Amino acid sequence: MSASSAFNDEKGGSSSVGEPEYGHDPASGGIFSSDYKRHDDLKEMLDSNKDSLKLEAMKRIVAMIARGKNASDLFPAVVKNVACKNIEVKKLVYVYLVRYAEEQQDLALLSISTFQRGLKDPNQLIRASALRVLSSIRVTIIVPIMMLAIKEAASDMSPYVRKTAAHAIPKLYSLDPEQKDQLIEVIEKLLADKTTLVAGSVVMAFEEVCPERIDLIHKNYRKLCNLLIDVEEWGQVVIINMLTRYARTQFLNPNINESLLEEGGGGDKTFYGSDEDEDEDDEEKEKKAEAAALAKRKPYVMDPDHRLLLRNTKPLLQSRNAAVVMAVAQLYFHLAPKAEVGVIAKALVRLLRSHSEVQYVVLQNVATMTIKRRGMFEPYLKSFYIRSTDPTQIKVLKLEVLTNLANETNISTILREFQTYIKSMDKDFVAATIQAIGRCATNIGEVRDTCLNGLVQLLSNRDELVVAESVVVIKKLLQMQPEKHSDIIKHMAKLTDNIQVPMARASILWLIGEYCEHVPKIAPDVLRKMAKSFTNEEDIVKLQIINLAAKLYLTNSKQTKLLTQYVLNLAKYDQNYDIRDRARFIRQLIVPTEKSGALSKYAKKLFLALKPAPVLESPFKDRDHFQLGSLSHLLNAKAGGYQELPDWPEAAPDPSVRNVEVPEWTKCSSREKRKEKKVEKPFYSDSEGESGPTESADSESDSASGSESRSGSEVSGSGSESEESEEGSESEEEEEEEEEKDKKKKKKELKNFFFFVSTIAPSSALKNYELLHRITGEGLSVEYCFSRQPFSPDANMVAVQMQFTNNATSDTKNLHMEDVKLQSGMRVKEFPEIELLSAGEMATAVMGIDFCDSTQAANFQLCTHTRKFFVSIQPPVGELMRPIFLTENEFKKEQGQLMGMNEITEKLTLDAKCRNEHAIVQRVTTAANLSRVPCGSDKEFAGRTVTSSSLVLVTVATKEEGAAQLTVNCEKMVIGTMLVKDILLALTQ
Amino acid sequence: MIHSLFLINHSGDIFLEKHWKSVISRSVCDYFFEAKEKAVDPENVAPVLQTPHHYLISVYRGKLFFLSVVQTEVPPLFVIEFLHRVADTFQDYFGECSEGVIKDNLVTVYELLEEMLDNGFPLATESNVLKEMIRPPNILRSVVNTLTGTTVFAEIQGVVEACVRLTGMPDLTLSFMNPRLLDDVSFHPCVRFKRWESERVLSFIPPDGNFTLMTYHVSSQNLVAIPVYVKQNISFFESGSCGRLDITIGPKQNMGKTVEGLMVTIHMPKVVLSANLTATQGNYTYDLATKVVVWDIGKLNPQKLPNLRGSLSLQAGAPKPDENPSLNIDLKIQQLAISGLKVSRLDMYGEKYKPFKGVKYLTKAGKFQVRT
Repeated sequence: MSASSAFNDEKGGSSSVGEPEYGHDPASGGIFSSDYKRHDDLKEMLDSNKDSLKLEAMKRIVAMIARGKNASDLFPAVVKNVACKNIEVKKLVYVYLVRYAEEQQDLALLSISTFQRGLKDPNQLIRASALRVLSSIRVTIIVPIMMLAIKEAASDMSPYVRKTAAHAIPKLYSLDPEQKDQLIEVIEKLLADKTTLVAGSVVMAFEEVCPERIDLIHKNYRKLCNLLIDVEEWGQVVIINMLTRYARTQFLNPNINESLLEEGGGGDKTFYGSDEDEDEDDEEKEKKAEAAALAKRKPYVMDPDHRLLLRNTKPLLQSRNAAVVMAVAQLYFHLAPKAEVGVIAKALVRLLRSHSEVQYVVLQNVATMTIKRRGMFEPYLKSFYIRSTDPTQIKVLKLEVLTNLANETNISTILREFQTYIKSMDKDFVAATIQAIGRCATNIGEVRDTCLNGLVQLLSNRDELVVAESVVVIKKLLQMQPEKHSDIIKHMAKLTDNIQVPMARASILWLIGEYCEHVPKIAPDVLRKMAKSFTNEEDIVKLQIINLAAKLYLTNSKQTKLLTQYVLNLAKYDQNYDIRDRARFIRQLIVPTEKSGALSKYAKKLFLALKPAPVLESPFKDRDHFQLGSLSHLLNAKAGGYQELPDWPEAAPDPSVRNVEVPEWTKCSSREKRKEKKVEKPFYSDSEGESGPTESADSESDSASGSESRSGSEVSGSGSESEESEEGSESEEEEEEEEEKDKKKKKKELKNFFFFVSTIAPSSALKNYELLHRITGEGLSVEYCFSRQPFSPDANMVAVQMQFTNNATSDTKNLHMEDVKLQSGMRVKEFPEIELLSAGEMATAVMGIDFCDSTQAANFQLCTHTRKFFVSIQPPVGELMRPIFLTENEFKKEQGQLMGMNEITEKLTLDAKCRNEHAIVQRVTTAANLSRVPCGSDKEFAGRTVTSSSLVLVTVATKEEGAAQLTVNCEKMVIGTMLVKDILLALTQ
Repeated sequence: MIHSLFLINHSGDIFLEKHWKSVISRSVCDYFFEAKEKAVDPENVAPVLQTPHHYLISVYRGKLFFLSVVQTEVPPLFVIEFLHRVADTFQDYFGECSEGVIKDNLVTVYELLEEMLDNGFPLATESNVLKEMIRPPNILRSVVNTLTGTTVFAEIQGVVEACVRLTGMPDLTLSFMNPRLLDDVSFHPCVRFKRWESERVLSFIPPDGNFTLMTYHVSSQNLVAIPVYVKQNISFFESGSCGRLDITIGPKQNMGKTVEGLMVTIHMPKVVLSANLTATQGNYTYDLATKVVVWDIGKLNPQKLPNLRGSLSLQAGAPKPDENPSLNIDLKIQQLAISGLKVSRLDMYGEKYKPFKGVKYLTKAGKFQVRT
């Protein structure tokens, strides 16, 4: 009662969220006794039996976390509820755990067993969420458990769980980097996964854990390229960025010939790039020359894999996701032949209509691109025009792009546009515009005078900032041809009376000093005024006054000698040591005394040397050595974890590393394949419910890829080809949808599961399965059974005995198998060819399959001299092991070592017909290939899995009235889980 | 990737924080507040900021800042796109994306964030997938199966928005009368790109609910007539610190449809103290703090053109503004896609029932600015 009233109280308090509710808030303190009481209320609610109270308490606690308030002292009370049956409560408890487990490591360990149980749940969603939370708890002590869980989940049947495993990899890596080697193994395994769901996540893990292991990508390169379009958007971004780097290490520069031309001619260059050649040292030049020679000898041919990447990423320029579009754009910029890069311009311009943050990033990248490839964006010039409502940083970037795009033909349009901008109310933007005009003027000689005149007009602007900025820019421009513009210098000299901005004053003084010979009458007068105001000037202005004085003394000492000495004396006693030093230095240099050395003779040359005009450069110049679209590019500084974009290799590495064996049968017409698939499908999808890694969704796309990459043609494909791949993607979608449906239809699945098991657990010792029905086989029927005999050629294989019956009226010849399609790691020893099977006769043969301790199917073609049939063998889990002999003591010892996650216990009620010992033993040994431990008090069975020799221990303890408890201990959790189910069914039905 | 997220309101209070990896103190936001102080407008805060140990990437939506913290290299657009997706999800769940609504649904918001990212990497961002895991506050399940598309056109850019409530796995095909008009398109991931390439039809299996099927751009060769004209005269006098304003709006080539939702926004120079105006239609407001005149006209009546005129008073002694303010105009035209784009037909395969179909065209001004 008290709890509920308190709860109402609280509710009143928390409904007024947002206000500073220190008095009411349960999280606000912990010092005041009343707060303790509040927490007690929450604790009481958590301890209650009612789920509704628990839920309410958890909601309030999560709200506290969300607002950033400390709720850590509730940890013990919350963690108790981790096994709560109510899914809503459970979810919130997980949220809490992930947030606070790091702070309360010991208590957090209490929850681990719940997750371990969850990892074995038949529902894939629960398995996934258990793994997700387990891996998010940052407690170092559970690293081994996490490692084990990740490894298991990586070979889970459900792609969703495998995806979660991929996500868990970087988490574990950040917790304990020493696990790197083991994690790389898991990554390697998951990279081979063919479902689109997993691809993005595993590449993400690859990028975080081992981006340097580019060799892991080779075998998966073509698959990734082909899957790309169907991967979820975020995965696409990661994959594309990774493949960009990969391509830079494996393929040749497609622009190699053009870049050589460029260097030779130099005429095609951007304005900024003119000094590039000088920077290069000789060594590099030599290299280039070699490469040139090489290129001359061998004309460039693009690697078909390089083409594949470009072709398969191009449609993604149409993605709604700006990050995907940018990723493709940078891929084209870094990898495509010059002639093809143009396609990205339109897509990037489209992004400029998106949110302003998107515009900001895109413009940064466009600014870099326009320096190297100006022509690409020229048609879109007007898209970069500035609106008065654009945020300042967007305006400045657009200005940058416009400046980069300016050339002789469009400069007049651009300058007209700039004139509008100068009237803007945003003064920072006006200043940037003036700078931009200056840059246009230096770059394009024809408009220099026009620009200069325009800028001079701005000198009479009312806004001092505008004037100051103009002065600075004019100064730079005048340095190019000072002799022609003495009247402008005179005009500027007058400005010293009004203008107060120090930078502008300094610029004017420097200009007058530098060109004092052009304004011989005005210069001394300016110095006179400045000497008067010297003490009130800013430091930079003072330094320029000293410079002016020195230069005038050297050229016109008659008029300015006294003034100079006056200024130098003032400077001598200045507060700033820099100014004092400068004055001392200059006095020694220009005023000849007895002590003065050889230097003073050259004073004039020192001060009035011809100075090179400044080059107004884009801040985006050379920024493309960072991968475009990256954070490092945007900041123009290397961010942590940034992977350098490598230079193109001189010679292409061996392209055959990317070859994957594409089984023959995938090349047959897709229509036939689809038919076959329909036949196959029920076999595994119905029986297992969840689509395993063998899920043939991928085989379709695989085959499309196989044929496409084989053709390697540059054309995007004739009608038939595109149709085929179209179908491929469609069917894949269908299947993915099915996966989703699966999630919803858990119950139905379970029913199917029961059905399946009941058919494989017969009373007879060896069950025959049908491989090929006589109708489908056109008279040929094939059955198989797991003979449970050791397979002599290879001890790691399961022996499968096949029985062929020819029901047809004609003979069948040359029975053999072809095109075995297996999951990685699996192997098959084919049965010897049966040369002749006469009508009505039967024959048997034995083949061996190494299932790698998984229930994944082995698919192959059964061929006769006329026909080929697609068939598939999938083992029940009980056939994946062979019996071993253990004494009871050994059994107990081994069992003791396989506790915790490796132990699964289920209670059951035995079927009425199997309550005696004999029946139980018979049923268990039928369901699984195990041997009984002799003289055991309980009924104990032992075996090892065929491939990895992992122990499998089964115990059935019977109690009264048919109650029993089944315990399975197995190193392989997946095997254990499935085995429990199989035996359970065998015993209860 | 994304390490933490902070939601910050207009006045700089952090009202929600979520961490996907270890906890980062909220003091990291101080760098952001510093930048926010410097920028006059919230829009002017740079979306990417660098601090000694972290990078801050933020978006500004609905007067809220979504500020994410990252520690290592990540494509900035990746984060920005994701943050907008978060805001879109809130909008979808709660009808709006505002501080009040987020605070009212704090737990749902937190759960959503938990589900959208795993270890900082996006997990589920599709609204229909999320809705299966986390229920929106109240679900209105419409009995009728409807598909409506609003074709919105702004300047030369448009979107096809769809609202699908169909059971099962319908496979839809949407074709246009004149797909040649479309110059540049981008699609929802459900659209089969190859069909579009070869046949210029949109073939897709739709997710449930509202989503943007496609955005398009009409090439400038088919440049569209602007539906209204504006006669304006804004002037400031050199002496007397006052000014004058006179604006008239009239219809132009609106193809017989009425122009609705007409609204004019004028950002006045800082020196304008007050405005004394009269509107022949609708009403106007002048916000003294932001110096914005908003004239809400409503429907445009071609017989009696709306006019706004009057005088402006300026700060005494201040010089007259250099630049005249520009006018921003908002408008809508129902039942008309000014691009000329028309839906030809919509077919459904894969399900047996007959769906209800409907299409709505709408023209809306995007960033329609009149420079004065």
